[in-house]
Amino acid sequence: MSVGIVMLVHTALGRAEQLARHWAKSGCPVVIHVDKIVPQDKHDAFVFALSDVPQLKFSRRHRCEWGTWGLVAASQDASELMLSEFPDVRHVYLASGSCMPLRPVDELVAYLTERPRTDFIESATTADVPWTVGGLDEERFTMHFPFSWRRNRYLFDKFVDFQRFFGLKRHIPNGVVPHMGSQWWCLTRQTLSAILQDPARRNYDRYFRRVWIPDESYFQTLARLYSTNIESRSLTLSKFDFQGKPHIFYDDHLQLLRRSDCFVARKIWPNAERLYQAFLDNPNVQSNGTEPNPGKIDRIFAKAVDRRTRGRPGLFMQSRYPNFGWENGMTAGKYSIFQGFSELFQDFEGWLARATGAQVHGHLYAPERAEYAGGQPVINGALSDNANLRDINPRAFLTNLLWNTRGERQCFQYGPRDNPKINWYFARDPNAQISVISGAWAVPLFKSNANFADIRKEAARLQKLESKMLDELRSPDSKARIRIWTMAEFIEAPMEPLQVVIDEIGQKSSRRLAEAPRMEDLTGFGQFLQNLKNQGMHPYLMGDFPVDPVPRSARNRKRKPYLVKK
Amino acid sequence: MGVIRSYRLRLQRRRWRIRAFRKRRDLRPVANRTDQIKQGDLFVFSTQRNEGVRLPYFLKYYRDMGVNHFFFVDNDSTDGSLDYLARQPDVSVWTTRASYKRARFGIDWMNWLLMKYAHGHWALTVDPDELFLYPFCDTRPLRALTDWLDASSIKSFSAMLLDMYPKGRIDAQPYSPGQDPLEIASWFDSGNYTIERNPKFGNLWIQGGPRARVFFKDKPALAPALNKVPLVKWDRRYAYVSSTHNLLPRGLNLVYDEWGGEKASGVLMHTKFLDTFSTKAEEELNRKQHYGASREYLAYAAGVKENPDLWCKWSEKYINWRQLEILGLMSKGNWA
Repeated sequence: MSVGIVMLVHTALGRAEQLARHWAKSGCPVVIHVDKIVPQDKHDAFVFALSDVPQLKFSRRHRCEWGTWGLVAASQDASELMLSEFPDVRHVYLASGSCMPLRPVDELVAYLTERPRTDFIESATTADVPWTVGGLDEERFTMHFPFSWRRNRYLFDKFVDFQRFFGLKRHIPNGVVPHMGSQWWCLTRQTLSAILQDPARRNYDRYFRRVWIPDESYFQTLARLYSTNIESRSLTLSKFDFQGKPHIFYDDHLQLLRRSDCFVARKIWPNAERLYQAFLDNPNVQSNGTEPNPGKIDRIFAKAVDRRTRGRPGLFMQSRYPNFGWENGMTAGKYSIFQGFSELFQDFEGWLARATGAQVHGHLYAPERAEYAGGQPVINGALSDNANLRDINPRAFLTNLLWNTRGERQCFQYGPRDNPKINWYFARDPNAQISVISGAWAVPLFKSNANFADIRKEAARLQKLESKMLDELRSPDSKARIRIWTMAEFIEAPMEPLQVVIDEIGQKSSRRLAEAPRMEDLTGFGQFLQNLKNQGMHPYLMGDFPVDPVPRSARNRKRKPYLVKK
Repeated sequence: MGVIRSYRLRLQRRRWRIRAFRKRRDLRPVANRTDQIKQGDLFVFSTQRNEGVRLPYFLKYYRDMGVNHFFFVDNDSTDGSLDYLARQPDVSVWTTRASYKRARFGIDWMNWLLMKYAHGHWALTVDPDELFLYPFCDTRPLRALTDWLDASSIKSFSAMLLDMYPKGRIDAQPYSPGQDPLEIASWFDSGNYTIERNPKFGNLWIQGGPRARVFFKDKPALAPALNKVPLVKWDRRYAYVSSTHNLLPRGLNLVYDEWGGEKASGVLMHTKFLDTFSTKAEEELNRKQHYGASREYLAYAAGVKENPDLWCKWSEKYINWRQLEILGLMSKGNWA
C-alpha cells in the first residue's frame, strides 16, 4: 500500500527533478505531467535525467493554461496512468513542481494509511465561501467561457457581460452540485477511479470543459458524488493573496514552515536554496505525528493581505497615498485640540499635562513657529518647528506629528491667530477632539499694553477668523468630537466642561480633578468689551458679559473645587 | 484623463526618446561587455563623475544583491575612476565630455542605454551615492523581488530617497574606499516628509528630510524631490522624464495605492553627506551643471559653511530595513 504522487510541472525543471527523486526515494510511485509549453528539447532532457528512477512515468502532455481545462485533463491522464500502472497505490496525491514536502514522506504515508477511506479535498459550495476574486463565483458554473482570460481579456469580459445581459444560462448536468476548493487534493483509489471510470464522464467533461477555472471545481464537485468520507481540507499548505495568486515561500520562512507541521507546502521560490536543502537533502526532522497546524503562516499572510488592502491608519508615504475618504483613519491616533483655553487660564498646558499625562503642545500652528511641548525646536521624527516647513503642507505636518508620536496622546492649542487652513481637516477627522471657548482670544488683548486702536483692529480680525472657524466646525461634514462654549457660558462653571473633556482623553484613572487651572484675572473684562462696542466693534463670540461682573476669578481662587482626599 | 492630454504625454515621451537617441553620440564606449548579457539578467545603470572613492563599495553592494551587469556613463572623470570601471569584469562603461546639464542631468544618456540594452530586463537606475533597499533585502536576493513583481504583474517599484548623514560635522570622519558609507552616515530623519500628487504625471512628489530641514527651511517649496522609481522592468518604449523621479508612460508612476492599502516599496539610502561632500559641493557650484541653476548646491555651500551638523536630537540611527518599515518609510505591501 502506498501513496502515488501526480506532479504537474511547467517551469524550474531542475527543482522538479529534485522533488521527483525525493518522492521516489521514499518509495512513492510518481507520474509527471510536463506542460506542453515546455520546449521539446528541454522536455527530453528532463525525461532523460529522470530515466534512472524506478516507478516513475510521464503522462500525455497537455497545454495547461491557468483557468482552463488543460489542467484537469492533465490530472485525469496522469491519475489514470497512476492507477493502472501502480496497482498498489491507495491514495493519489496531486502536487506541483513547486510543492515541497515539509515532513518525511513516511509520515505522510503513515498518516494516510491510518485513514484508508478518507479523501482529502477542499470542497465547498459556491454560495457559502467568499474565496473568489473578481466576482465570478456561481457564474463560473452557469456561463460559457470560450475565451482565454490571460490572452483575450477583452473578449472574456465582453462575453461575460453579454451572457449576463441576455440571461444566458448553461444547463448543469443532473446530480451535479457545483463545489469548489483548492486544486491540490489527495484522493483514494476508490473515489478517483469512480470519477475517472464513470459512464457519464464524457457528459461531465463536456460540461466542465467550458466552466471557468475547472481545476478548482472538477474533482471537488465529482468527489462529492462518490466519496464516502470527505475531509474538506487540502493537505497542501497553499495561501493566496488578494489577487488570487499563491504566496511564495523563501529561505527566511524556514522556521515557519518547520513549525507548521504541514505535509506539503506551495509555492516555493525555485532559488530558495536553503529550503530545498533543509527539506529534501537531509530530512532528519524527528517525527512527532502531529496534525498540520498552519495557524502562524495563516496569520502572517492574512496580515500581508490586510496591509496591502487596508494599510496602516494615518500613514501617508511613497506607496500609500489614499484618496480623500479612503484613508482608513485620517490620522494615526486620537488627539485633542483646545481653542481659547490657554488664553483664559494661566499655564493651561502645564496643568493639562499634569491632569492627563498626555503630551501638551502650545499653538502648533502659530504664525511664528510650531510651539512644541517644552519649547523643543524639533520633535519626534525630526519634525522641525519651522513655520515655513509646516505651512507648505499643514496637513502633512499634522499627520506626520501624529504618526511620529503614535502611542502617546497629543494635545495642542489652536486659535484664530494660527494657520486657518488646517481647521477644515481637523473638523472632518474622527480622531480629533475639539474644545473651543469662543471669544477667549480677547483676553490677551485685554491684558496687553497696546494702543486701543490697534487692539480694536486686531479684535475685529480675530473675531472674523474665529467666526469662520466655528462655521467650519459646525458644518454637517464634520466628524470630530466638537464642543463649543461661549466664554461667558464657560466661566460660569469652568470645572464641569473641563472634567468632561479630560475624562474623554481618558489617560489617567477616572478620579475627579484634584487641581483646577488658574483663570486669568478678568476684573474689568466686561468694561473692556464695552469699550470695544463703544468703538463700533461688537464682540459677540464671547457671549453676554455684564459690564461690571462679579470678579469670578477671585472667588475661584479661594475655592477648592471637587477635591477628593483619600 | 482626456484623449488630448494622453496624446500630449505620448508626444512628450517620443520627444525624450528621440532626444536620448540623439544624445547617444555623446557617448564613447570604453569597455563594452554587453555580449555577456544573458536573458533575465539584472542591471544597474549609473552616471558618475569623480566618484572613484565610492565605486568599490557601490559595486560590491549591488553584486551581493545579485545584480549581473553594470552600465556606467562616466562624465569626464579626472580621478581614475574610468580606468577602475573599465577593469571590472561585469561593467560596461561609456565616457563623455559633453555637458551633464544639456543631457538633462544625465538622464538622456541613461534613457539611451536603457533603450538599447535593458529591453525586457529589470533595470535599477541609481547614482553612485545611492544604496537600494527593499523589503527582506537581508534574506532574499534582488531576484526574489523581481520574480515576485513579475508574478504580480508589477512593472515599476518605488524607492524613496532617504538622506543619510553623520552625527557631528559632515567632514569629521574620513571615508575610505570600500568602506560601508552607512558606518559614517548612519542617521536619518524618520518623519518629516510632505507628499503631494503631481497631476500631470501621476507620481507623488515627496519633499522633506534633513535637506529641507536645514538647507531649505526658508524656501521649502524649492527643496529637492525625494520620490524615485529606480527599479523598472524596462521596455524600449519607456523613458525617464526628470531624473528617476518619474517616467512615461504615466502608469509606471502609479507605485502607490490610492484606496487605503500599501503597495510594496523600498528606500534609496542617499549617502551624499560624507567628508567628500564639501569639496564636491564647491566643485559642482563652479561647474554649474546641476538642476535648477544648481540652487541646491548654492544652498549647501551656504549651509555647509555655517553649521555642517545635520544631526538633531530626534534623528534616527539606521538599523535595518525592518526599522524603516515600522517607521512607515517603506512597506512590504503584500509580500510576506
